[in-house]
Amino acid sequence: MTTVAATAHGAHAHHDDRPFIRKYIFSTDHKIIGIQFLFVSLFFLLVGGLLAMQMRWQLGFPGKPMPGGGILPETMAPGGVILPEYYIQLVTMHGTFMVFFAIMPLLVGVYANFLIPLKIGTHDMAFPRINMWSFWSFFAAGLVMLASLFVPDGAARAGWTMYVPLSARHDLSGASLGQELWSVSIILVGLSSILGSLNYISTIINNRAPGMTWFRLPLSVWSLFITAILGLLALPVLSGAAIMLLFDQVLNTHFFDPAAGGQALLWQHLFWFFGHPEVYILILPAMGMVSDIIANGSRKPIFGYHSMVFAIVAIGFLGWIVWGHHMFVSGMNPTLGSSFMVSTLIIAVPSAVKVFNWMGTMWRGNLKFTVPMLNATAFVAMFVIGGLSGIYMAATPVDMFIHDTYFIVAHIHYVLFGGSLFALFGAIVYWYPKMFGRMMSERWGKVHFWLTFIFYNCTFFPMHITGMAGEMRRLYDPNQYTFLQPYQPMREFISISAFLLFATQLIFFVNFWWSLFKGKKAEQNPWHDNGLEWSLPAPAPHGNWEKVPNVYRGPYEFSHPQAREDYLPQYVKLPTDREPASAPAAAH
Amino acid sequence: MTHASATVDMMQPPYPAERGLDVYNTKLGMWVFLASEVMFFAALIGTYVILRFGAPGEWARPGIVLNIKVTAFNTFLLICSSVSMVKAYASIQDGDRQKMRFWLLMTILGGATFVGIQVYEYTHLVERGFLPSGVREGSELAELVAQGTLPAATMGLYGSTFYTMTGFHGFHVTCGVISMTYLFFTKALPGKYTRQDYRGIETVGLYWHFVDLVWIILFTIVYLI
Repeated sequence: MTTVAATAHGAHAHHDDRPFIRKYIFSTDHKIIGIQFLFVSLFFLLVGGLLAMQMRWQLGFPGKPMPGGGILPETMAPGGVILPEYYIQLVTMHGTFMVFFAIMPLLVGVYANFLIPLKIGTHDMAFPRINMWSFWSFFAAGLVMLASLFVPDGAARAGWTMYVPLSARHDLSGASLGQELWSVSIILVGLSSILGSLNYISTIINNRAPGMTWFRLPLSVWSLFITAILGLLALPVLSGAAIMLLFDQVLNTHFFDPAAGGQALLWQHLFWFFGHPEVYILILPAMGMVSDIIANGSRKPIFGYHSMVFAIVAIGFLGWIVWGHHMFVSGMNPTLGSSFMVSTLIIAVPSAVKVFNWMGTMWRGNLKFTVPMLNATAFVAMFVIGGLSGIYMAATPVDMFIHDTYFIVAHIHYVLFGGSLFALFGAIVYWYPKMFGRMMSERWGKVHFWLTFIFYNCTFFPMHITGMAGEMRRLYDPNQYTFLQPYQPMREFISISAFLLFATQLIFFVNFWWSLFKGKKAEQNPWHDNGLEWSLPAPAPHGNWEKVPNVYRGPYEFSHPQAREDYLPQYVKLPTDREPASAPAAAH
Repeated sequence: MTHASATVDMMQPPYPAERGLDVYNTKLGMWVFLASEVMFFAALIGTYVILRFGAPGEWARPGIVLNIKVTAFNTFLLICSSVSMVKAYASIQDGDRQKMRFWLLMTILGGATFVGIQVYEYTHLVERGFLPSGVREGSELAELVAQGTLPAATMGLYGSTFYTMTGFHGFHVTCGVISMTYLFFTKALPGKYTRQDYRGIETVGLYWHFVDLVWIILFTIVYLI
């Protein structure tokens, strides 16, 4: 391994004399921007979680005063008892924060920014300043959304999907400024995503290191590339729709106003035309990072690299032609519904290809259950459950029955929490040393993982059952229906599990912050991985490499017969390797 | 892996050394951005098409509400500014900075005049009672609605789609004029564009032609049919 050591010595930090504000606040360094996204979106994850806890209190113990609820104003929870109009705000804002301000920025904002230049071998993004603007418009959007919680008549109340006419007409929703701030914030989020996406796409196409061919890219980069294309083309549609919604709210236009000839269904089409690619924006990066972690934890090359890439591309393409499956009960023509059903069911094929490849990777591997590997394995298992329940929904006749019930809530949480968030817990621990130069605690990571895994399943699995029993989502108090009253003990069980799940996350937060200052100093390559980022010291210096390394092979060469160790990094030159043709002539 | 080669690599200008597509980053980035812009205008134009075809009654004939002649002139002006953009691009390819400055300035003037005429058009329309929410009570157009010359049922949709589509196009033209003015004073005037490196001109030109193309579509579907 002498070559690895030599590379490490060559790549020491540049002299960095930028002032503090340029270095950490208005930074154009992709790593700092990634870390900024990480801190801000973890904060929003906490906010979203707090909102969910209040919902669970009301559902588990309806009408009882919430502990600590006394601090809420009379208009939300008099005497700590949550009001229906506050409950619907909780539902709306929980969804909005989690989708737009937690999972999406955690996956794309953090890891596209942090990983792409490090993994493809370049000094920074193609457009560092646009990258900075992407973060700051996201930050502004977050502030606007947060502010909407505190305006006099409360936050938006039409659910995170903002169906019209409820969202467009203040006399129906009872909220005016809150609804408008939601629209403004979403327009800003769209801008942020578009700026980010165009950066990621340009960087991956144009700025790869010599020898980093398309089929030597790590799967995390492939998935972030396809995600960026989805974001680039889907977010402007959401922005357009949100602009029209805002105009309906403030300029009295009539886009979505059936009374003046506008079309309420048009909003659903525009929203889900964005919304379904969005679903894959929320899962593809997780799939990519999980692929990296599973190959590493199994000490085997990823099973079926090319089929993994084509599966990502196929999912990305099919994501555009399935949006109608969110609207089966909207009065859609059944023939059209069937075609949406078929296109949706086809997505099961590339998804299954990925799942089988992950299992093929682990099969007879030298499994090392580190914290990232545990979380990645949980991702695969939970994604299978979420994927299978997705097939129920894709079938129109079944969906008619379970539409808008807790079955859907269970499904989305199995893919978004069980899927994306487990992958994120893995990814945060995995790349933490490269971000901050320290390791997170392994023991507390495992405690956090197991408790999360147990309480997470206790929280969301029973929702399948209450959903099949007909419990509607966004329902303030299901006990108003006699047929839902027998399920109150189950709702109580879900709520208690949810509180424990939330409490478990505090372990993660403490571990995160404690390790930042007191964690074990990280080695350069603590996971013995092959990616280019591990050729850098921890934390990675400004500008990354002084000279980007040449790439000699794909990223998954574990247990290679020619290597002495059980891994063979992409940047290590074996005597049999030739210099890549695209390498610039050596300076002298 | 020596330090000498390292410094050279960092100091190299990104043009035209990028691997990958053999296209410099800003040009690639602009094409990618324009793909996103296509989707944005597709959302607005698609909405217009769906609302117009699904409207509860006849759509107002454009000639009654809008002054087509003035806008036709404006369209001509915008197309001319695209031509002058190409002239600026061709001039700097020949290494003629003076001509490039002249044609860039002409493009800026063309774009600014377009926005000016659009503002004039808007104020005139608002005066006559045409608003994003429909027709203002007691205005000139309200009388036409009362006479039956204009369809009452669809005027709201007409106002909503007209102002949103043309407004966002005008916003894009304004952004283009601002960018070109910025490039004129920071790059073109100090003579930073050369026969070898005219990336700014080419990139802003791509944007400008796109905005022009969108207008030709908008003019056709909003003013002509």
